[in-house]
Amino acid sequence: MADLGVVFAGLKLKNPVMTASGTFGYGREYGRFFALGGLGAVVTKGITLEARAGNPGPRVVETPAGMLNSIGLENPGVERFIDEELPSLRQAGAPVIVNVSGHTVDEYGEVAARLDTAGGVAALEINVSCPNVDQGGMAFGVDPATVATVVGGCRRRTRLPLITKLTPNVTDLTVIARAAVDAGSDALSLINTLVGMVIDPVARKPVLPRTVGGLSGPAVRPVAVRAVYEVAAAVDRPIIGLGGVATAEDALQFIMAGASAVAVGTAFFVDPLAAVKVVDGLAAWCERHGVDWIGELVGAANPAFKGPRPGRA
Amino acid sequence: MPSVVRAPIRESVRVVGGPDGRIAGPGMAGDGLGLFHRLRLQAPAVADAARPGQFVHVRCAPPGQWDPLLRRPLSLHRIDRSRGEIEVLFRVVGRGTGFLAGLAAGDEVDLIGPLGQGFPTDLAPGETAVLVAGGIGVAPLVALAEELAAKGAPLVAAAGAQTAEGLLAVESLGKAAGEVLTATDDGSAGHRGFVTEVLAGLLDHVARPVVYACGPEPMLRRVQAMLAEEGRRRRGYLSLETRMACGVGACLGCAIRQAKPGTAYYHVCHDGPVFAAEEVVLGG
Ligand SMILES: Cc1cc2nc3c(=O)[nH]c(=O)nc-3n(C[C@H](O)[C@H](O)[C@H](O)COP(=O)(O)OP(=O)(O)OC[C@H]3O[C@@H](n4cnc5c(N)ncnc54)[C@H](O)[C@@H]3O)c2cc1C
Ligand SMILES: Cc1cc2nc3c(=O)[nH]c(=O)nc-3n(C[C@H](O)[C@H](O)[C@H](O)COP(=O)(O)O)c2cc1C
Ligand code: FES
Repeated sequence: MADLGVVFAGLKLKNPVMTASGTFGYGREYGRFFALGGLGAVVTKGITLEARAGNPGPRVVETPAGMLNSIGLENPGVERFIDEELPSLRQAGAPVIVNVSGHTVDEYGEVAARLDTAGGVAALEINVSCPNVDQGGMAFGVDPATVATVVGGCRRRTRLPLITKLTPNVTDLTVIARAAVDAGSDALSLINTLVGMVIDPVARKPVLPRTVGGLSGPAVRPVAVRAVYEVAAAVDRPIIGLGGVATAEDALQFIMAGASAVAVGTAFFVDPLAAVKVVDGLAAWCERHGVDWIGELVGAANPAFKGPRPGRA
Repeated sequence: MPSVVRAPIRESVRVVGGPDGRIAGPGMAGDGLGLFHRLRLQAPAVADAARPGQFVHVRCAPPGQWDPLLRRPLSLHRIDRSRGEIEVLFRVVGRGTGFLAGLAAGDEVDLIGPLGQGFPTDLAPGETAVLVAGGIGVAPLVALAEELAAKGAPLVAAAGAQTAEGLLAVESLGKAAGEVLTATDDGSAGHRGFVTEVLAGLLDHVARPVVYACGPEPMLRRVQAMLAEEGRRRRGYLSLETRMACGVGACLGCAIRQAKPGTAYYHVCHDGPVFAAEEVVLGG
């Protein structure tokens, strides 16, 4: 059997396959289809300081080989998450990475501090794609200085590994990636959704009440693979690659571009067993191609890959 | 709000009957849009666990293809436990339902189900079930009528459509419910006008009605208003539709506003699709 285990940002993972935030709830729903212990890690839906109701519907709309979502960060808030969701997640048999969201710089820090002492949280993923209410709703993640402030603020409040999740809706991802790393991010994940819009010609208005939504699914995969390739050549921190991963072959593209781990998101909606199939498919592929350890493939297609290669778990 | 969630089953099931397209009058286009189909599926595990009002989430692309991407939610139209079969009744409105209309007996269909919360079917002594269907909304009400009839519960049914040809499954509904009162917009069958006008008449005559409604949103809003009428609040349940992605409660995409103060949402796939009429704000 090929070895799929990797050490990612200090976390020992059985395999490099995680769940994408917001597509997997807090593990309950798909936990009825397969054992979560088979995953490399579970990444939760974004958590904010206070509960959020989310946006009015419709919140999702299908697009060619993809979809737009405008969920609006509906979540129970960090306290209820810790009380009601974390206990069962701790039993999942896979490390739990909590996606941290906020609408002010302080909110991120508060949530990070609260999760630092909650117990059973392996790492924090900082979602800088949220709108910054102090700056007219522009996403935190489009400005390197703001990203540095958010990441630095979390860094001071927790010793947990920090993974900054980058938005692709920027001119140069590498600038943002460097800002996150310089501010103390241990790892990066990319990409979050691309901003998109669908208009209903009969109604003569956008389908989503907020007009725009986040594009995800196989449609975004080439953009995401390119993004990982660029960032892996710019910073020497481990990367979680995601955006349209549906099969082991898709995952291999991200890994060879320089990702040490991948995440399955929208593909769950199509096939609840998508992540399990990616894990099995990676093992079979390695077997077939004489690869002993998945880590050997990280950056294999990227001559400018800066490293580091993941540790062997 | 019901909270018991059954483990959904993912089955690769076989088509055993249909699709049996039937012309549906207005809106009917040359490309098959507007056609109604009934599809009978050999799905023993789903049939065994299913309750009226629940739905299945059906993949509408061949394996390995990612467009159209999302599954399509369809209500259980009939549940035949003894034969291990389920039926769905659907209208072709786009690519997903178009794909299903192209299946043939023996083909495989990938579905997840049964999903969501079905209709509560326990009636108190003296209560009568009043089923109200608008157009394709008749789909889940046939399964409901069959279950109520099997329990010996008193029931009456009304079905409405734009034209007589759009009145679907009235025979199956009639077999379970006895008489079905009908209404059409153009008067080509039954009462000329809305099915909610027929419902108003029924509510005047039935002593303790429990209303079960499925149909277009304007119809459901009207039913909701009738049930909430001052001084004669009545029990009633609505089966709702929203766009869905996961269908299992994970993505939070299928939000519908809760009626209680505040701005919280229910999730139609998980908390519904059936809701007590006073629980939800339609069109929000
Ligand atoms: C719980 C539930 C039960 C349903 N039961 C039935 C049924 O028994 N029979 C039936 O004919 N229809 C039913 N519908 C509606 C059915 O799901 C849509 O007609 C179908 O998804 C349309 O897909 P399409 O690709 O043909 O159309 P398109 O318009 O091409 O679909 C594009 C996207 O919009 C979504 N969509 C379009 N119309 C609807 C709609 N009315 N409701 C939800 N999503 C929609 C599709 O799922 C897809 O994601 C039900 C919907 C829900 C939510
Ligand atoms: C319904 C939905 C909800 C999401 N919610 C979040 C979230 O709360 N936090 C976050 O960082 N990303 C969120 N995302 C983005 C995904 O984690 C992922 O970055 C993106 O969808 C691309 O991956 P995919 O194509 O595999 O889905 C969400 C995506 C979807 C589809
Ligand atoms: S469709 Fe995903 S939560 Fe309902």
